[in-house]
Amino acid sequence: MARAGVFICHCGSNIASVIDVEQVAKSAEQMTGVVYAATNKYACSISGQEMMKQAIIDHQLDRLVIASCTPRMHETTFRKMLGKTSVNPYMLEVANIREQCSWVHTDKEKATAKAIDLVRMSLAKVLKNQPLFTSSIPVCKKCLVIGGGIAGIQAALDIADGGYEVTLVEREPSLGGKMVMLDKTFPTLDCSACISTPKMAEVGAHPRIKLMSSCEVSAVSGYIGNFEVTIKQNPRYVDHDICTGCGLCEEKCPTKLKSSFDQGLGQRKAIYKLFPQAVPAKPVIDAQHCTKLTKDKCGVCAKVCPLGCINFADQESYTTDTFGAIILATGYQLIDWGSHYPEYGGGAYADVISGLQFERLVNASGPTEGKIKRPSDGAQPKSVAIIKCVGSRDVAKAHGYCSRACCMYAAKHAHQTIEKIAGAQVYIFYIDVRTPGKAYEEFYDRTREDGAVYIRGRVSKIYEENGKLICKGEDTLIGKQVTVEVDLVVLETAMEPAANSGQTAALAGVSADKDGWLTEAHPKLRPVETQSAGVFLCGTAQGPKDIPDTVAQASAAAAKVLGLLAKDELETSPMISAVDTSKCSGCRFCEQVCPVKAISMIDIPSIYNGQKVKRTVAQVNSGLCSGCGACSAACRTGCIDLLGFTNKQILEEVDALWQ
Amino acid sequence: MKYSYFPGCSMEATGIEYAKSLNYVNRAIGLDFIEIEDWNCCGATAGHTKSHELGIALPLRNLALAEQQLPGLAMAVPCASCYSRMKYALQAAHSEEREKFSRLIDMPVEGSVEIVSIMDIYSVEKTKTAISAAITKRLSNLKIACYYGCLYSRPPKITMAHNIENPQNMDELVRLTGATTVDWAYKTECCGAGHHVDIPQESKPLLYRIYKNARANGANALVTACPMCMLNLDMRQGAVNKAYDENFDLPVYYLSEILAIAMGATFKECGVASHFHPAKKLLQKENETKEVV
Amino acid sequence: MAITDNTNFEPKILAFCCNWCTYTGADLAGLNRMKYPDNIRIIRLPCSGRVNPQFILRAFQKGYDGVLVCGCHPGDCHYTSGNYFTRRRFLLMKRLLEFAGIERERFQARWISGSEAGKFRDTILKVTEEIRALGPNHRMKEADIYD
Repeated sequence: MARAGVFICHCGSNIASVIDVEQVAKSAEQMTGVVYAATNKYACSISGQEMMKQAIIDHQLDRLVIASCTPRMHETTFRKMLGKTSVNPYMLEVANIREQCSWVHTDKEKATAKAIDLVRMSLAKVLKNQPLFTSSIPVCKKCLVIGGGIAGIQAALDIADGGYEVTLVEREPSLGGKMVMLDKTFPTLDCSACISTPKMAEVGAHPRIKLMSSCEVSAVSGYIGNFEVTIKQNPRYVDHDICTGCGLCEEKCPTKLKSSFDQGLGQRKAIYKLFPQAVPAKPVIDAQHCTKLTKDKCGVCAKVCPLGCINFADQESYTTDTFGAIILATGYQLIDWGSHYPEYGGGAYADVISGLQFERLVNASGPTEGKIKRPSDGAQPKSVAIIKCVGSRDVAKAHGYCSRACCMYAAKHAHQTIEKIAGAQVYIFYIDVRTPGKAYEEFYDRTREDGAVYIRGRVSKIYEENGKLICKGEDTLIGKQVTVEVDLVVLETAMEPAANSGQTAALAGVSADKDGWLTEAHPKLRPVETQSAGVFLCGTAQGPKDIPDTVAQASAAAAKVLGLLAKDELETSPMISAVDTSKCSGCRFCEQVCPVKAISMIDIPSIYNGQKVKRTVAQVNSGLCSGCGACSAACRTGCIDLLGFTNKQILEEVDALWQ
Repeated sequence: MKYSYFPGCSMEATGIEYAKSLNYVNRAIGLDFIEIEDWNCCGATAGHTKSHELGIALPLRNLALAEQQLPGLAMAVPCASCYSRMKYALQAAHSEEREKFSRLIDMPVEGSVEIVSIMDIYSVEKTKTAISAAITKRLSNLKIACYYGCLYSRPPKITMAHNIENPQNMDELVRLTGATTVDWAYKTECCGAGHHVDIPQESKPLLYRIYKNARANGANALVTACPMCMLNLDMRQGAVNKAYDENFDLPVYYLSEILAIAMGATFKECGVASHFHPAKKLLQKENETKEVV
Repeated sequence: MAITDNTNFEPKILAFCCNWCTYTGADLAGLNRMKYPDNIRIIRLPCSGRVNPQFILRAFQKGYDGVLVCGCHPGDCHYTSGNYFTRRRFLLMKRLLEFAGIERERFQARWISGSEAGKFRDTILKVTEEIRALGPNHRMKEADIYD
């Protein structure tokens, strides 16, 4: 026989002024299964808790109903209290008679009747409660960071400095991402490479960071604290264990190609380092263009290499490792504007370039050694048009969202042009100027004072006439069409999620929004966590942002990971789904509705017609299950149930009300 | 090949050269345009500015007639304005407005007719081969800026055009004659034809920039496939020269005229004789062009 | 048919509320001391996707006059996708119940976030009045069937 105790809280006068608590206790005492009922001034107070603990002993209670404030307030408090008694913490139900009764009703009689009803409901449920026990899972004290841009670098360094092992996976042959391509950073005009390359070197040399360049994550299984990750090493054709990075191979390689790092404006060889300060500072072979690999001709690099580290037979390889946490820092790419904007020439005009190309042009270590030259003829442009929101804030053409950083780097590009080219005329076409950041507005003001002409309107057409680029647009402030003739056009193009970032995130159970940006657990309060416990995100993988925000978010993600890795074991909630395998038909419906992929199928031995057979049934991974109950509502045989909210418990609640 | 044919009002008036030359080319390559009986004005450009119902019902009646009289044939629409209105009507016939408009014109309509321009028709691979075969003269000293006009591509949601900014099909046809085509920027920009009567001060700059860009890119003539554009570009070149103190000398031809000339038509046969801006001289320079063997 | 006066009828309404949005919204309504009729009883669930159709049928069997299913706004589900399942299941259920003769007002779904206390109160006010106007429900009710 169940021995339930019912406690009614006065909450000072919050409850007692509207509800006749003594009447509720008296009614509760009459209910089946109740052996003791009492009221208390403040159930949550220490004396209130002591009173309940004493009642548990005195009346040998095995379960409790506490009628008080919302369970969202003190359910945990009361569970902790029960942890110190003979009663299992999950043999408790809280009847919400404050927020959902005394505070919203005025008629005392009716409110008291409702309170009694709510107690009866909670009692009906608690009578069907089963003791539940938290379990714990060990935590592997290692973190995987996916993406070696500034976000991944910052997160990896913070975690490694915190004392934990980090593996950093980067798809490109070097760390650095987009930041290292940039010339100067706004609004301080720091040299971007100068502040990011030391961090790259630090990663390369850190005793607790394992850097895996030219690698991709190909599979993730497991759950928080215990992720099994398979990492694919793409062939580099150079043995990095032996290579010293002397550069002889690169010097002698006869195949010249457009450099992707220089955004097609400069050249590199078929065996190459991404850029001079690359980390690791060792070359790789571009298999698509190396003539030895494509046509079996040449092989000069192998001949000149003093250490024999060239290996044309290199193959992709896979390694598997266990991690306690994962950080997604997969970053962004720029929109392929040519396919979206045929009215800007669609890429036909050499002197219509992207903002990132401009960064390479103006960069002292770029293909023009920092001299701004037109790609078509190498001449110095005397007039430049900068067009913002190319692909951003343009639902008809590309993306509806704002790319956030462009307003500021457009101002920076204007400033740099005016600074480097005496008498240069700069026009900036804009929709709005958005400068929400420390010292950002001041930078924008300064650019205007420098002489940049801001024209509010989109450019509708760019074409070439007599060697000039003509930009036609509208000045919406004066309501007139405007035409400017310039030597160079810079398009400040939209950020997009990096190619395949969605697929990589999906491996770790993280979803993306309609634009492909990875989804955080809560936009305000859990900005670096994801719906997948133990998986975090930072930087532009989550949405367009500038460097300060990216770094801040990376450190935030690192802090979350450090908090997780600091634990030896993780306690898991016992209020999760459980399968009654005797009834499970293996229909897999639960597997499909589970938002966290906690359900998988296993074969169990069974007996059918006296024969031993195998039967497929569902099983729940307790590390992954978040306890939403979707599987339970979907189960057609009723075999999968949510502990703490079982079908039986809820039906009892339904039956108990309004009696 | 057979097409149902909606000539529209220009083809018997200002666009008579277009009609003549189309006839010549079609005869030469064995295309059959069957005129829809009892067709009416497509409503451009006044109808749709006054009322949506009028703007759709007028062209839709022609679609309904074509469906009745010549089921299964695509409808050839030589004028860009008519083409645009027919496309609007076709879209309405595929929308929930179909029944309403069917009642308005008092005819059943399904929207089963495909609307095609002359460029579309001549770009069909078989037809293109026939054109190529019928060409006997090479017009190699022509440097043509192909002017498509605004209505063949815009608005893309209606026309379903793929290459809005830089279409190529007219260029490809013109090159069959041995003429070169130039890459230029005003292929699909408005020429202002619709406004030249009431607000010439707004329309002239539009014409001016077209001539200017064509000349800057090395063109010595313009080719179009729209009678409105033709009228505007041809008739008003003198006025633009006067207004801007310029000396543009860009004869304007219909696509079909160029093809007809290359097929051996006389100026009279194809209509080149009756242009406003002198158009014969440039073609007479073809003395040095050789007969294709 | 005689017109019944339902003005004094007090309907019994059951609401299934998800823990993360609507239950929180209901708590906030209390915190803001908003007033609404006492005709509503709330059963707390982790997610509206936990609502098994069986619960709804049982409620009508037991003589409830109306059932409300409340969850997070589409796209805001704490568990990402739970309320999408709720929505689909709700639409099916609603047609089934209408087929059984239960008026559409008696079974409703609402998306109410944790901050929409006002919306919660307004919903309860509206739903209560709608069901009051309909009068007591006898369809599917056990007592009426077996009596």
